Amino acid sequence: MVKYAHLIPLFPFIAFAINILFGRRLKKASAVISITASTISLAIAAVTYAGFLKGGGSYAVGRWLSFGGIPLDFGVTVDGLSCMMLMVVTIVGTLIQVYSVGYMHDDKRFSRFFAYLSLFMGSMLGLLLSDNFVMLYIFWEGVGLCSYLLISFWFERPAAAKAGMKAFITTRIGDTGLLIGILLLFFSAKTLYFRDLGHLGINDALLTVIALLIFCGAVGKSAQFPLHVWLPDAMEGPTPVSALIHAATMVAAGVYLVARTYGLFIAHHGALIWVAYIGAITALMAATIATVNNDIKRILAYSTISQLGLMMLALGVGGYEGGTFHLMTHAFFKALLFLCAGSVIHAVHTQDIFKMGGLLGKMKVTGWTFIIGSLAIAGVPPLSGFWSKDEMLSEILREGHPFLFAIAVITSLLTAFYMFRLIFVVLFGKPRSELHAHESPAVMTIPLAVLAVFSVFAGFFKPVKVEYFMLGVSMFIVIGGIGTAYVFYILGNKVLPASVRSKFSFLYKIILNKYYIDEIYEAALIRPCMSLAKFAASFDLRFVDGAVNLTAYLSMIAGRIQSWFDKYIVDGAVNMVANITWLCSAVFRRLQTGFIQNYILIAFLGLAIMILIKLIGGY
Amino acid sequence: MPFPLLTAITFMPLLAGIIILLVPKNRTGLIKGIATAATGIVLVLSILMLTGFDYNSSAMQFSENLSWIPQVNINYHLGVDGISIGLIFLTALLGFLACVGSYGIKERQKEYYFLYLLLNTGMLGTFLALDLFLFYVFWEVVLVPMYFLIGIWGGPRKEYAAIKFFIYTLAGSVFMLLSILALYFASQPHTFNMLELASGNCGVFAKGFQIIVFAGFYLGFAIKVPVFPFHTWLPDAHVEAPTPISVLLAGVLLKMGGYGFFRISYPILKDAAIYFALPFAILGLINIVYGAFVAMAQTDFKKMVAYSSVSHMGFVMLGLASMTITGFNGALLQMFNHGIITGGLFLLVGVLYDRAHTRDIDKFGGLGAKMPVYAGVLTVFTLASLGLPGLSGFVSEFMSLMGGFISFRLITAISVLGIVITAGYFLYMIQRVLLGPLNNAWTGISDINKRELFTLVPLMAVVIAIGVYPLMILNYQSAAIAKLIQDIGGLLL
Amino acid sequence: MMIPQSHFLILGAVLFALGLYGALTRRTAIGILMSIELVLNAANINLITFNRFLGSPDGLGQIFALFVIAIAAASAVVGLVLVIAVYRNMKTIFTDKINLMKW
Repeated sequence: MVKYAHLIPLFPFIAFAINILFGRRLKKASAVISITASTISLAIAAVTYAGFLKGGGSYAVGRWLSFGGIPLDFGVTVDGLSCMMLMVVTIVGTLIQVYSVGYMHDDKRFSRFFAYLSLFMGSMLGLLLSDNFVMLYIFWEGVGLCSYLLISFWFERPAAAKAGMKAFITTRIGDTGLLIGILLLFFSAKTLYFRDLGHLGINDALLTVIALLIFCGAVGKSAQFPLHVWLPDAMEGPTPVSALIHAATMVAAGVYLVARTYGLFIAHHGALIWVAYIGAITALMAATIATVNNDIKRILAYSTISQLGLMMLALGVGGYEGGTFHLMTHAFFKALLFLCAGSVIHAVHTQDIFKMGGLLGKMKVTGWTFIIGSLAIAGVPPLSGFWSKDEMLSEILREGHPFLFAIAVITSLLTAFYMFRLIFVVLFGKPRSELHAHESPAVMTIPLAVLAVFSVFAGFFKPVKVEYFMLGVSMFIVIGGIGTAYVFYILGNKVLPASVRSKFSFLYKIILNKYYIDEIYEAALIRPCMSLAKFAASFDLRFVDGAVNLTAYLSMIAGRIQSWFDKYIVDGAVNMVANITWLCSAVFRRLQTGFIQNYILIAFLGLAIMILIKLIGGY
Repeated sequence: MPFPLLTAITFMPLLAGIIILLVPKNRTGLIKGIATAATGIVLVLSILMLTGFDYNSSAMQFSENLSWIPQVNINYHLGVDGISIGLIFLTALLGFLACVGSYGIKERQKEYYFLYLLLNTGMLGTFLALDLFLFYVFWEVVLVPMYFLIGIWGGPRKEYAAIKFFIYTLAGSVFMLLSILALYFASQPHTFNMLELASGNCGVFAKGFQIIVFAGFYLGFAIKVPVFPFHTWLPDAHVEAPTPISVLLAGVLLKMGGYGFFRISYPILKDAAIYFALPFAILGLINIVYGAFVAMAQTDFKKMVAYSSVSHMGFVMLGLASMTITGFNGALLQMFNHGIITGGLFLLVGVLYDRAHTRDIDKFGGLGAKMPVYAGVLTVFTLASLGLPGLSGFVSEFMSLMGGFISFRLITAISVLGIVITAGYFLYMIQRVLLGPLNNAWTGISDINKRELFTLVPLMAVVIAIGVYPLMILNYQSAAIAKLIQDIGGLLL
Repeated sequence: MMIPQSHFLILGAVLFALGLYGALTRRTAIGILMSIELVLNAANINLITFNRFLGSPDGLGQIFALFVIAIAAASAVVGLVLVIAVYRNMKTIFTDKINLMKW
């Protein structure tokens, strides 16, 4: 039954086409179309998964391009990784679309929203199924586009418009690396298919370069350091979007890419260790920022970055199983957390956690699912997060990286801390401001409940052997993190955090300002880039165009000189001939007095002279 | 004798132009009707040509060859192959749509449509001519109407722009003429026939001679493309030209230069082409990156699109320099795609200008809320222009880079940076024009109307169709490109 | 007593000299015309004188003198008409003022 896999992305694309063309007439019905399409995709994905388990695999669909004799056929990859992700994306995607019906119910661009969501679903599913780099790149950019469109969905807000652009451009920087990597791969190995990656037959140095360039794409998409800056800003988009794209699926595409091209990375370990260290830096950095942030969505965004960093770290040390496993479980509980946050925001219309408080009483379903999600991400056994995190940690240690293991443990500890800081501040205690919180409608809470079920049980999809040492570490992390949060925000309430804050005020300030990375980019990249553009423009105007105008001007001058020459030298010669004639005539015309008497006198004198000659001569 | 399809395509606009001269000038409806009908017929004929074209053959098809001036062996020789067919369809399509787009022009309509149709004949003839002399004639025929169209119906600095365009291009074409004559006298027997010259039957030219002749042609073509540093006429001409003329200028005229490389420089002067590969690649790189940076700093919408053309035409240079099948296919496809996309963008700028009477990007803001359809169309064209996969621009840029990478790794890798900058300035433009809070000055602005949409939807359909299924057009050109690469001894990759 | 031939010739010469002088020095056109008449009459005297003293049988000199008188009358008419026409246009008959065609 595998052979229908290529139809999975098709239905969301059809839904996109219908919604974008007839959205204004369809109004609320567009949601039905989108949800139906992703449900059909879910069904086909399930069928495909079943088919895969029975045996069956990749196949080609049709020719798309040919590069000078090397044909490029589009095909689909059906293996464990893609099947798992297909299931995750279709399940999470469908639930989030259902949730969006409630969340977006009075938005004026309701149908547009669902059109974009469908486009995203189609692109994401296409990305997962790609069997070659070009197809992957196409859908890769496609999900980037949807991310852009959906982040700036409320484009009347300047922050949203800016955030969308920032996301697109930042990820595009990474994609440039990916593109060069693809070009280099094609150039050196003459293949673009994932299936050939294990046996490329090119030297190690080149392999490392290609792998690192491809990793650049993953860094951009999965918001890894140093290209992580777009993801927190992306929270300007509607919350379902944050949940779907910026937590569960699209940002996971970077991890997916590394996993998909793992053959390239493990062929030579030079590239892989980079993945591990980038992941480690990202995980730790984002986790620290999350502990001090006050914006409910941004805390979750940094949490996402941090978790993706952990996955990269796991993949980077060779922990393929753990990394991909966490990819799946994280999709469920992070989507759940975002949707809970959305539900909270929907109810209280603020994102500042210190304006909330005591919401558990008013929002039962949201509150409890929120707690379940937090327990899952903190790694409380036997919830899904425990299993995957446990496997990652044991893989890191097994591969012999104690330093990275320590970072992973600290990150996990921080994760448990900031998640329960969030839970304790938002759900417990007393309301900190005038809030008229109410539980969200069923269309929103049912997806929450379903996702909560997945967050609890997703860990059992994969049998994991529990090691007692790891269990101990996990318990230490959970108890340490949650306990500290409890001490800080329930018992100590305000006093203790403040004293810690003042004790480490320098460090606190740096972390609060997100290590000043945005500011550094602004000063080191964006401004120079803009001034380079301005310089280029003025160079173009002054020098290049100036040269053209100068040529024109010089031609004009040359023209003037020639005109002067023509007037005074060439024409002067002509005039000089005329002038000489004139001068001569001025002399001779004196003879022509015009007086008849003069003529007569001369005639007479002439006659007289003639007579005189006659007389003297005597003829 | 079969129906002379190519002659019909070439001279249909001229015929209609002459009929328009006989119509009283106050009957503007009739004049528009004639012009639209003629360009429409050309479009239909070009589609007939597409359907009748055998794309497995690399030979000239629908050829017509009549003796014109036998004393010096000049022939009326037309023909179409995989290299020109896409450009002819492009010209016919843009010619028709820009004609509909010209309905907004209200003054001196009779002269306008006559010149417009004459321009069409010149452009079509340039792409169809297979005789160098005939090619030159059509090449120059394009200049004169363009001069008047910019100089009479243009913006505030129209005289400057028109003269700059005219003299710049003419200066280039003088060198081209010299090269044509050099080829004529160097060939044995003397001939202007491009195919004969390329086939080597008329003698093989020495490398030094080829380099000089190539340089002459280069000046003629590079100014049209335009290649840095000959590009500065382009922003001026674009900014001043009326919208439909900008469309043809960007969509078709720039392609004449690139087409010249494909049809004349490379096949006839093979050794020189190989000799100049590296400079071409460097110039391509400069065009891509430099053009993108300059575009980023522009505040005039039209100027920004004009500089984006400079940047995009750099991919054509890069693809040409690569001397590979992939690169050549990419370069040729890039010319076609750029014509469609940039043509669409200029139409869109025109839509906005007609309503707001300004093109200053900074003066807009939040139009997405007032003009949702316009915003959608503009976004599609912008994304196509910045090379988003799934839309046509990506395919050709990707193939150009792919081909370029085989020959020039470092240069191509740097060129890829241009893609980031392109994304930057286009999205920055979108942000300033469409997004953000609505600027109060434009509360009364109306969305795109049916006629304007009619001119844009076909272009959008082509953009999406090629992006999704590029073989649709690559099939037409691949046989001819493969033969060309084989002939000039490039890499069969 | 017979007046000798030389006296007639001297009279003719004096008359010619007077006429020539007048023609060269007069500023008015009328004066010039009158002087020319004197010159013609001087010629007549000479013609008649030589006819008488050389003893021409058929009186050819006298006939010639009569011709001269007739032509002088005609030329005087044409001359005066021109003078009147010039006077009408230019209000002057001084020849040095009549310089319309002079460069």
